[in-house]
Amino acid sequence: MGFVSRAFKGRPRDQPRDARVPPGQYLVRDFPVLSAGPTPHTSLAEWSFSIEGEVDEEKRWSWEELRALPSETVTRDIHCVTKWSKLDTTWEGISVDTLLEGVETAADYVMAFCDGGYTTNLPLEDVTGGKAWIAFAFDGQPLESQHGGPARLLVPHLYFWKSAKWVRGFRLMNEDSPGFWETYGYHMYGDPWQEQRYSGD
Amino acid sequence: MTEQELRLDGNAAAGLLQEIFVHEVTAARGACAACGSVGPMGAQHLYMSPRSPGAVLRCSACEGVLMVIVRAGGRFRLGLQGLVWIEMQDVDATS
Amino acid sequence: MLDLVDETPRVRSLVLAVPGWPEHLAGQHVDVRLTAEDGYQAERSYSIASAPAGERLTLTVERLDDGEVSPYLAGELRAGDELELRGPIGGYFVWEGALGGPLLLVAGGSGICPLMAMLRLRQAAASAVPTRLLYSSRSLEDVIYRDELDRLVAMGSGLEVIHTLTRSIPEGWSGLHRRIDTAMLGAVAWPPAERPLIFVCGPTPLVESAAESLVNLGHEPAHIKTERFGPTGG
Ligand SMILES: Cc1cc2nc3c(=O)[nH]c(=O)nc-3n(C[C@H](O)[C@H](O)[C@H](O)COP(=O)(O)OP(=O)(O)OC[C@H]3O[C@@H](n4cnc5c(N)ncnc54)[C@H](O)[C@@H]3O)c2cc1C
Ligand SMILES: [Zn+2]
Repeated sequence: MGFVSRAFKGRPRDQPRDARVPPGQYLVRDFPVLSAGPTPHTSLAEWSFSIEGEVDEEKRWSWEELRALPSETVTRDIHCVTKWSKLDTTWEGISVDTLLEGVETAADYVMAFCDGGYTTNLPLEDVTGGKAWIAFAFDGQPLESQHGGPARLLVPHLYFWKSAKWVRGFRLMNEDSPGFWETYGYHMYGDPWQEQRYSGD
Repeated sequence: MTEQELRLDGNAAAGLLQEIFVHEVTAARGACAACGSVGPMGAQHLYMSPRSPGAVLRCSACEGVLMVIVRAGGRFRLGLQGLVWIEMQDVDATS
Repeated sequence: MLDLVDETPRVRSLVLAVPGWPEHLAGQHVDVRLTAEDGYQAERSYSIASAPAGERLTLTVERLDDGEVSPYLAGELRAGDELELRGPIGGYFVWEGALGGPLLLVAGGSGICPLMAMLRLRQAAASAVPTRLLYSSRSLEDVIYRDELDRLVAMGSGLEVIHTLTRSIPEGWSGLHRRIDTAMLGAVAWPPAERPLIFVCGPTPLVESAAESLVNLGHEPAHIKTERFGPTGG
């Protein structure tokens, strides 16, 4: 290896002694804020969540309607492609299964779309079967806007860029198509256990 | 901490851009495809690592994406779809 | 790394000798990259605080206690250590004598660094461009380059320095004692009709509010150049 800065250790990063930490990741205790743009501020009165695209009938929930649906509290580990992982994060949200109940579709993929224009693509089977939530609370508190509030997608088994902040809906698609970071070279699927960071990995 | 506090100026991308371009790009002017504003790249808004998976340069007038640079494992991918044009000094002509 | 100079309790200057250093412009920065033994790397930008002078340059770093890179640079580093850096970079936030003035410089905390390079260049070039610096610090002890700024003002070359202290003030302080706001900028800045060149540098919130105030006061946005240092400003 090349140059080493004498006595430089870097941000305390727990060595991943744990089988719960995917390769190339280190543990953090705080919750870093990642942002690729300004934080949108949509009023709850204007907010809605939609399911559109390749569906027989589009669906839409207002904030009140969404919050009236049964919610779950889940504790999961999250893994960011910028190499930090955080264990045992607790979220409250609505299972995507609940939202897709009664939705007739032949689509295999979804594009999550968000306030501020961000998008990310996922296989439909990765957001169903108890694997994904529309989360509105973190650690028992309403989700802060800098962390994606009022609601973000939570798909903890994939790199965290797939857990889109400020999510406003799903567009169902027959074919896979790249979202924002995927367009610029990030992996179409993003499995942290396979270290699928960039396309080609 | 609010979103504004994460923002930097496009000028802070100079080191990264130097890896890709021979010219000093932060002094170059560009035109936003979304709103038509024209200004130096160094005066636009920048969101960058370690707080973002890639560098995103946004128009300071409309926050539309101008340029995205991802350092993706052994290569750079540079997205320019938000720029109609970019104009750099012709070093030969000015010397 | 040649030398270390403590500027304030939380701020240290690093004097570097860089073989083959191309002359920089006042306002440019370098990217410093630190590498730990396990290969982990962290990179941050630091403004060059010195005027162009051969292969020597000075960086001035404020130590943020919860930061990753600044406590190393302004704490751990010793004379004789080596640093990996890339630069000089940035072609936008720069001032050269030929650009003229009048010059309005607005700094918060370590945001003084690139502006100091401009003031040092102005001095070295014996420039008489009318220049005002509005400089916000937490307290008098936190004012970086205080003595040097006093000396530069005393030379009578048309430089004025206006300090404002945001937290504690010394006994008998008759200067400004609040954050930079529109009224303060209105009082300090030349009228927009004189078309001053304006450089604003510091923590992102300070830079954004000062730039907005200056536009509201009627200054042309194209004449206001900003350099945001990030969340807390370093
Ligand atoms: C062009 C440019 C020039 C600069 N010039 C100088 C200079 O001359 N002198 C100087 O002292 N500084 C300068 N800076 C700032 C410098 O680059 C560093 O940002 C600063 O030193 C802090 O680095 P750090 O590693 O110590 O702190 P970091 O570890 O980066 O943390 C900084 C602060 O932000 C918080 N933070 C970090 N990451 C996050 C996150 N993801 N979400 C929320 N909060 C977070 C931390 O808690 C901490 O309080 C400049 C910056 C730029 C862009
Ligand atoms: Zn625009």
